[in-house]
Amino acid sequence: MKKHLKWIYASFIYLFLYAPILILIIYSFNDSRYRGTWNGFTLKWYVQLFQDRQIMNALYYTMAVAVLSSLIATVLGTAGAIGIHHMKKIKKTVVMNLTYLPVVSPDIVTGLSLMILFIFSQVRLGFGSMLLAHITFNTPYVILSVLPKLKQLDKHLYEAALDLGATPAYAFQKVILPEIMPGIITGMLLAFTLSVDDFVISFFTTGSGVSTLSITVYSMARRGINPKINALSTLMFLTVLTLLIIVNKRMSKETTNHHDPSRV
Amino acid sequence: MKKKWISYPYIIWMILFIIVPLILVLFYSITVRTEDGIIFTLKHYKRFMEPVYLSVLFRSIYLALICTALCLVLGYPMAMILNGRNIKRRNILILLFVIPMWMNFLLRTYAWMTLLERRGLINTFLNMLGFPSMNLLYNNGAVVLGMVYNFLPFMVLPIYSVLNKIDRSVIEAAEDLGANAFTVFRKVIFPLSLPGVISGITMVFMPAVTTFVISRLLGGGQFTLIGNLIEQQFLLVGDWNFGSAISMIMMVIILLSMGIMSKYDQEHEGGGLW
Repeated sequence: MKKHLKWIYASFIYLFLYAPILILIIYSFNDSRYRGTWNGFTLKWYVQLFQDRQIMNALYYTMAVAVLSSLIATVLGTAGAIGIHHMKKIKKTVVMNLTYLPVVSPDIVTGLSLMILFIFSQVRLGFGSMLLAHITFNTPYVILSVLPKLKQLDKHLYEAALDLGATPAYAFQKVILPEIMPGIITGMLLAFTLSVDDFVISFFTTGSGVSTLSITVYSMARRGINPKINALSTLMFLTVLTLLIIVNKRMSKETTNHHDPSRV
Repeated sequence: MKKKWISYPYIIWMILFIIVPLILVLFYSITVRTEDGIIFTLKHYKRFMEPVYLSVLFRSIYLALICTALCLVLGYPMAMILNGRNIKRRNILILLFVIPMWMNFLLRTYAWMTLLERRGLINTFLNMLGFPSMNLLYNNGAVVLGMVYNFLPFMVLPIYSVLNKIDRSVIEAAEDLGANAFTVFRKVIFPLSLPGVISGITMVFMPAVTTFVISRLLGGGQFTLIGNLIEQQFLLVGDWNFGSAISMIMMVIILLSMGIMSKYDQEHEGGGLW
């Protein structure tokens, strides 16, 4: 009896979680503009989606800002993490608090404070300002992915390389970098995903003519239901799903590697 | 190794794009531009004390509290179910629970629009059963529903991870000592899970109180929460000073609730580090 109750409850929660998404996906194949009626299977919303200049532009800007911001954030964050790792206790605490600040403060405050900064310093709002904003909120996540790898690192390895005659740059490239690489890649994928997923910060820091997919969905949804958004949602959901499965696989592989005694 | 300099670009970047912008918000919130130049004033904060704006603040907190309570009531049992004994099944259940979280929150909110709208699926279903269509969209209920839908995982996952760490032998000991299932829950499981409950409450309340997208899409145009008020001040009205003051008030509310929550957490953890 108790077991049945458990399963009924769990099914109810899963239904609550999945029903809207599934219905959204199903109706992206519906030949009618209205949700209530099913006029048959169609792919016309997908065709229209790819013919829509506004949406294709948004796709371009989303990908451009995600690729560039995640690459720059990875370089900035990896360098930052290495520096932080070697800091003295008090300084480290201060910098780590600075790193957590954008993670805990509400997106709307991060977004509008950056907007104020850009307008105040007369930076034209557009692709450039949005890219700067994305790098700003992405970099802390790279730091938080790389730092644990640095902590696992055996610090004598680097010294051994130096003793054996390697230059610091060579030792870094051959000894440290390969060891922290999994953390760097995880951080980069995380930064990319967060960038694609972001709405609020992009919304405040972009200018006219430059919008991402999230912003396009928002402005279309405000005007009401549009089956093209369903098609777009389906594609975006599948993309993010694939990306996160990759990140997840990497993370679980790392934890198993970490417990693997042959590596110690 | 003397590699501290390598983090300077990062530190400069964060000062420039995190600290300076926050100082600018603070600056705008306490100044006003007049013909004689910029003067310091608290009038923007005073303006917020007008009933029109206070009611917006109270509505935001009220709806966020309802959302948090609903998430707790719905989420706690779910966290317990996720924490089942069969490990393989548990991993699948958790994966299934996390997947919807990976969908963009804008799309998740939009999904409810398509369900709740006048010609939507729920109304069509009601019509089929012979009931008239209902106004499901653009009210408090729709906004709370959207919040619960978006933030439920933030409640369930912290509780689950704390439940998962509870030593099963403690529960067995209580059972051996004659406690029934309810007493075990009330005296052992629930008190031990409080840190998870508290971080869940914080993680749900904060995004719920600051949202402007959910209220804009599911609450309609005339429906205003504090997030919408801030957005309006910056993007529609152009009153940066007042908008900044509201943002500062929102930051204070968030920092206060985080402080209260972490203090409460420490008491139950048996005292913090200091």
